[in-house]
Amino acid sequence: MLSNLRTMWLVFVHLFKKKATVQYPEEKNTLRPRWRGRIVLTKDPDGGERCVGCYLCAAACPVDCIALQATEDKDGRRYPEFFRINFSRCIFCGYCEEACPTYAIQLIPDFEMAEYNRQNLVFEKEDLLIDSQGKYPGYNFYKVAGMDAGVKKKGEGENEEPPVDIYSLLP
Amino acid sequence: MPTIIIDNIPYQVKAGSNLLEACLGVGIDLPYFCWHPALGSVGACRQCAVKVFKDEQDNSGRLVMSCMEAIKDGIRISVQDKGAKAFREQVIEWLMTNHPHDCPVCDEGGSCHLQDMTVMTGHDYRRFKYKKRTYVNQYLGPLVHHEMNRCIQCYRCVRYYRDYAGGHDLNVFGAHNHVYFGREKDGILESPFSGNLAEVCPTGVFTDKTLKQHYTRKWDLTSAPSVCQQCSVGCNILAGERYGQLRNVLNRYHSEVNGYFICDRGRFGYEHVNNVNRIRQPIIRNLTVEAVDETTLLTHLQQVINNRNLIGIGSPRASVESNYSLMHLVGKENYYSGISEDATFIERKIVDILENGGIHTPSLKEIENADAVIVLGEDIWNTAPVMALSVRQSVMKTAAREAMTQISTPAWNDAAVRERVQEDRGYFANLAITESPVDEWSTHTYHSVPDNIARLAFAIASKLRPELPLPEGMPEADLQLAERVAGALENAKHVVVISGSGPGSETLVRAAYNIARAVQEKGKTAGLAFVLPESNSMGAAMMKAPSFDKALQRIRKENNTTVIILENDLYRYNSTTDVDQFLDTCKSIIAIDSLNTLTTGKAHVLVPAATFAESDGTSINYEGRAQHYYQVFMPANPCIKESWKWLWKMKSLMAGSANGQEHHPDEILKQIESSYPQFTGISASAAPADFRIYGQLLPREPHRYSGRTAMLANIGVSEPKPLDDGDSPFTFTMEGYQGLPPAPLIPFYWRPGWNSVQALNKYQQEIGGPLRGGDPGIRLFDRNDKVASWWFNDTPEAFAGRTGKWLLLPQYHVFGSAEMSRWSAALDFLTPQPCISISQQDAAQLGVSEGHMLTIETDKERFSLPVAVRSDLVQGVVLAPAGFQSIPSLAWGTWIKIMA
Ligand code: SF4
Ligand code: SF4
Ligand code: SF4
Ligand code: SF4
Ligand code: FES
Repeated sequence: MLSNLRTMWLVFVHLFKKKATVQYPEEKNTLRPRWRGRIVLTKDPDGGERCVGCYLCAAACPVDCIALQATEDKDGRRYPEFFRINFSRCIFCGYCEEACPTYAIQLIPDFEMAEYNRQNLVFEKEDLLIDSQGKYPGYNFYKVAGMDAGVKKKGEGENEEPPVDIYSLLP
Repeated sequence: MPTIIIDNIPYQVKAGSNLLEACLGVGIDLPYFCWHPALGSVGACRQCAVKVFKDEQDNSGRLVMSCMEAIKDGIRISVQDKGAKAFREQVIEWLMTNHPHDCPVCDEGGSCHLQDMTVMTGHDYRRFKYKKRTYVNQYLGPLVHHEMNRCIQCYRCVRYYRDYAGGHDLNVFGAHNHVYFGREKDGILESPFSGNLAEVCPTGVFTDKTLKQHYTRKWDLTSAPSVCQQCSVGCNILAGERYGQLRNVLNRYHSEVNGYFICDRGRFGYEHVNNVNRIRQPIIRNLTVEAVDETTLLTHLQQVINNRNLIGIGSPRASVESNYSLMHLVGKENYYSGISEDATFIERKIVDILENGGIHTPSLKEIENADAVIVLGEDIWNTAPVMALSVRQSVMKTAAREAMTQISTPAWNDAAVRERVQEDRGYFANLAITESPVDEWSTHTYHSVPDNIARLAFAIASKLRPELPLPEGMPEADLQLAERVAGALENAKHVVVISGSGPGSETLVRAAYNIARAVQEKGKTAGLAFVLPESNSMGAAMMKAPSFDKALQRIRKENNTTVIILENDLYRYNSTTDVDQFLDTCKSIIAIDSLNTLTTGKAHVLVPAATFAESDGTSINYEGRAQHYYQVFMPANPCIKESWKWLWKMKSLMAGSANGQEHHPDEILKQIESSYPQFTGISASAAPADFRIYGQLLPREPHRYSGRTAMLANIGVSEPKPLDDGDSPFTFTMEGYQGLPPAPLIPFYWRPGWNSVQALNKYQQEIGGPLRGGDPGIRLFDRNDKVASWWFNDTPEAFAGRTGKWLLLPQYHVFGSAEMSRWSAALDFLTPQPCISISQQDAAQLGVSEGHMLTIETDKERFSLPVAVRSDLVQGVVLAPAGFQSIPSLAWGTWIKIMA
């Protein structure tokens, strides 16, 4: 008896509390920057494609929904020839983003990607690539890597000595 | 067997090994870099440190490099010791101070020994705040990519390239922490064994440049155990596929055959599988739409194979299964080998000697362990490259073995052995038509025409066994040479005689037998090996089918004949006029092949065959070892089938035969055994199609395989059912038995903590020994231990030049002479321009110099090529390129005309 009264009282009090539900889609909730939604491929500060086609995201993905093929431009810079995510399989776990050594693949705060036809959930590189650095501005993998892929010459990277002169015996 | 105590646990280990080998051999993970099972130890990298204790009371112990410490009975060591662990971690940390941040773009990544060892030691965060050393790279040709920043100075590359493979143009330059591994200047690596650098180098300095064009990580490859199809050695390989393309070939260890290394023709010659020249659809010529589907094809075939004379032409590059299936379809009396009468005659002789001659035919391992090798006429460097590499090991190791009997240096102690041996060499005589790089290791060389080589060989045999005839009129110099060679063979214990069908001389084959037999009669171990032209030449020759010439003779008398040509470009083995005549006479020509050739161009019906990578099949190598290879991937187009599958389909079209003629390869092999006694035992080379381990199949895909739900999603978002061929114990998925597979069924090397190819140590019984459960392959000649009663007594006449005529001899080239490898762009690039070689005297006489065009005219062919003038040729001899595309097949050893 007492418990029933208490429940009714609580319900009554809640009538005057702030509402948690919002009138979606008219009203939208704020999503945090680290919210794990639609996946994008970002670009580096120089506007080059960040993804180097290393296949780490694909290997990390627990549902194996990323497939790509790496290729190279004339300078030896690697990039994906195609990059496909099957969002009908993706569980938005974010492992791909964690695995990515170049900050290329990022999950962004957007979940509005429902489709009537499942086939439309298969995203190709053209659908994934955005013209922005996303959450991690400033990083350019080829500047810190040792390779010369047309971004910096050997020895001109952030952490490098000039190339060794093999004819010199000086220490 | 000595017992050693590792971290207080006693283990039985192999005597004569070192601590590192012992630890790896009993399954303990111990990091290493500079040691390599085939190269031995030099103690350079300091990575393999362990603690050795004096006795049970000793608690502090001392740090030693395990690769430099010999096994002693009862020795106590610790791998887990804190000090040893800290030391190993520190070594990696030092190496890492200069290692570039390259893994994501490094082709070694995911199969990298340096990555594995770093994880194994536990080093993770960089503490070093200073800058990294950098190097510029070199262009090393189309096969090997160079990225020198990644080097950890283990010296394996130069030890392999120079010491093991005998190369000259890769070296170490510079000093102190600036050493550089590369060539003196940019340029193509000269050694045809350069591709092994990609496996030997524990980092990504040297990587496979052809893989780079369609790069795939190890974890994404669908692989299966396969066998190289580029020569008669039959090296074991692992072939990997992704997205319907063959992506790379790696060495598959076999302790008796290829060991740790393959040649570049084998490693990089795989791209014919992906070539645009593939036949991908059945074709019926002269229809409005020539490309047809399977049903139309079979309906058409039913008409052309019934109510006609049906003959079949086999192939030395098709599997035993396919050749047999063809024979079964057309009947034994209608089945022909497809090679010329001359070649058939020589190969028949070789098979006869191997079957009945009572002399053992050695594996490559046995060649390596011989202390005297003599090569007669065969240009092994160009026709059986890995065999040449084995001969080199025999030359280099013999002296080492001898030294070891005098001082107590173990074989694995590479630097010490080298120091002791200096320039001493094992005995090797190269009696060949031309100079080749193997001359450099030989004690005696002799270059002449096959008949003169045979005369010298008969003379050697006669010195060893005076009852044998001595050829008449031998020049004094040759007699002396024969004396010296015979003397060397008498001093040896294990003699190997190598010849082959390459020079096109049957006399050489007989001479080789005489030497081997004479050596054997002296109570020594003798081995006799014959190099053959194609991967399954031995299997084809063992079927003892009549030659192409016989088929031609027959067809001249018949009309209304349908011929089925199995994976054979007849123009490669027979003269153009003969083949033209043959093909023009046949009423209908059905060609089953994987690539368009001159022959398929004339066929009326083209049936698309699977290549080795898309097939299950068996080939028989030069030593009569039947080796089974497994399908790596299923072609996307179901019309591409193994030849034997097509042939059994045709069988069911024949009037009076029932449906359901499909057989698994192991069943076909059983049938072969019952119809050809010489193949007894062959069925054991293939695992039965229903073989399972704990009820499970073996996965072709590693457990890290990616993209399963996305790779075909562009075509359809619902994943298709996994493919299943049912012919082998392998699945095309990543599910199945994850334990150690049986030795013949290893699709890739991968054990926990060992992602690189060096995981191999987990698959071996002992380091450098056989695979667990015994190496694969069945030797078919071993059943015979009868000793023949015959000797060969007729010796050839000495070579004498003829006026206006030249003796035509072959010049092979490692890249260019093999039919399939030229479809790989990289090898095509390395193929030399074909030329005609003549001696300096002849050039002067003809008034031509290097580069002039010269015309060759035989009784059947005529063609022109630029001339090369050589000092190693005798007068009256002309060399023409053998096996080259666009050069007609020639009859070696015939007299021809040349015109300037
Ligand atoms: S978020 Fe997870 S499931 Fe989705 S693609 Fe990335 S790794 Fe795969
Ligand atoms: S992990 Fe990053 S760089 Fe590597 S393939 Fe995926 S998106 Fe590209
Ligand atoms: S290039 Fe490779 S094999 Fe050669 S020293 Fe460097 S790391 Fe070792
Ligand atoms: S030696 Fe012959 S079988 Fe071995 S890899 Fe080379 S071509 Fe292939
Ligand atoms: S492996 Fe022992 S010192 Fe290099």
